Amino acid sequence: MSLAEATPVVRRTALNAVHRQMGAKMVEFNGWDMPVEYPASIGCGIVAEHMAVRTGVGIFDVSHMGDIRLAGREALSAVQHISMNDASRLEIGQAQYSALLYPQGTFVDDVIVHRLGEDEYFLVINAGTREKDFSWVRDNTRQFDCKVEHLSDDFTQIAIQGPKGVDVLQKLTDADLRAVKFYWVTRGTVCGLKNILMGRTGYTAEDGFEIYIPPDEETSARVWYEILAAGKEFGIVPCGLGARNTLRLEGKLPLYGHEISDTINVWEAGLDRFCKMEKPEFIGRAALEKAGAEGVKKTLVGLEVVDRGIARDGYKVLDVGGREIGYVTSGSPAPFLKKNIALAYVPPAQAAIGNTLLIEIRGQGVKAKVVPTPFYKRPKKA
Amino acid sequence: MTYPTDRKYTKEHEWITADGAIGITHHAQESLGDIVFVELPKVGTEITAGKPFGTVESVKAVSDLFAPVSGTVTAVNEDLATAPEKVNKDAHGAWTIKIKVKDPAELNALLSAADYEKFVSEEAAH
Repeated sequence: MSLAEATPVVRRTALNAVHRQMGAKMVEFNGWDMPVEYPASIGCGIVAEHMAVRTGVGIFDVSHMGDIRLAGREALSAVQHISMNDASRLEIGQAQYSALLYPQGTFVDDVIVHRLGEDEYFLVINAGTREKDFSWVRDNTRQFDCKVEHLSDDFTQIAIQGPKGVDVLQKLTDADLRAVKFYWVTRGTVCGLKNILMGRTGYTAEDGFEIYIPPDEETSARVWYEILAAGKEFGIVPCGLGARNTLRLEGKLPLYGHEISDTINVWEAGLDRFCKMEKPEFIGRAALEKAGAEGVKKTLVGLEVVDRGIARDGYKVLDVGGREIGYVTSGSPAPFLKKNIALAYVPPAQAAIGNTLLIEIRGQGVKAKVVPTPFYKRPKKA
Repeated sequence: MTYPTDRKYTKEHEWITADGAIGITHHAQESLGDIVFVELPKVGTEITAGKPFGTVESVKAVSDLFAPVSGTVTAVNEDLATAPEKVNKDAHGAWTIKIKVKDPAELNALLSAADYEKFVSEEAAH
């Protein structure tokens, strides 16, 4: 047995002391000291947390995520220039999944773009790419009449995820949450805090909300515990990054540095439907047009391990003859599906559903087959 | 947690009984979290003190199992192939393999229950 060495503490969210108090196992993630899972003694652990979100409700501290606000007369033009989705389609209060691209058509980051006002946009970005993203957005929007602000440290962000998430948050706010559609936002009083932004968004492939509250420790802790108390009747549990990863993997939601990166383009990642080539101009468009005409050399597929074994990030993918043809970007046991699943880049010729491939696990070729994705899709409400 | 005194422990968080049953400690299972996969050698395999002899995987991570002492595998706990969570539920009952210990003197060099507990608490203080 070798247990992971403790890594040096880097940055802490306002809820850090709360996580420690609750007995969370802490890990370093992208420069942040974050909970990976909470203890079995309070009904947690990655599997229990994952199942709670699929069947009930869980809460996550996602304050490490970053935020950028663009506001001003030309804010829409600026957003259109730096992101691949079509922000002109957004009504006030609506959000969309999008990405910031390099001129090569590869990823600076993936983002959620929210339209908060007539000329006001709010981008939620990844923790590990905060500074890079902000510099990139600022540098590439200088020609527009629009103010760019880095608001990452202005909020504690809490995600309330799962089919019961709406019921829990509804107990704590005067806003009518049932009227808020998926990927829309609203504002209201939450736990006595006025004008709180609440988005029906998340990273779990489940229904739920993400709320943005003041970043001081006292308020953050108070809201965290009030949500837990309100969710008690629904079996709410606190969830760490471990469950966040397995939940997003079942839903095939990309993770920066894994499925998307500065060396992977939009077509390879299969994010075509969020990339609006009918937009006349955005950074990366020209390269994508060329890449689209040439065709991709690798494509992202879902794999299910057929033999005994667990695929992990970085493992090699082989064809049935044992020749190396690709690699796993994310692999894990899937707690809800009770299968060992993976996302991997392979040549298009090997990407057909049902195709058998091998994953190299400790020197052995373990059989896996290409399956449709997402692995998990939440049931539609009647 | 009180560690049973009928066995010896290692700094790699394994235990071994006098008759050669090997498992991982309560502290190890707690650190790993939900254990979902255990891979063990076949009966007859020679294992060497300090070298990996198998693997245990949690949802999140892969960890090697290190041989506390050298010996030959005489039995494998087949239950763990289908019910790896038994290691979480009862780490000190869920043995992984049994070995015929090559040199019983090697056992004397391992940690007592009290020494191991001290080691774990010192590790936690870091």
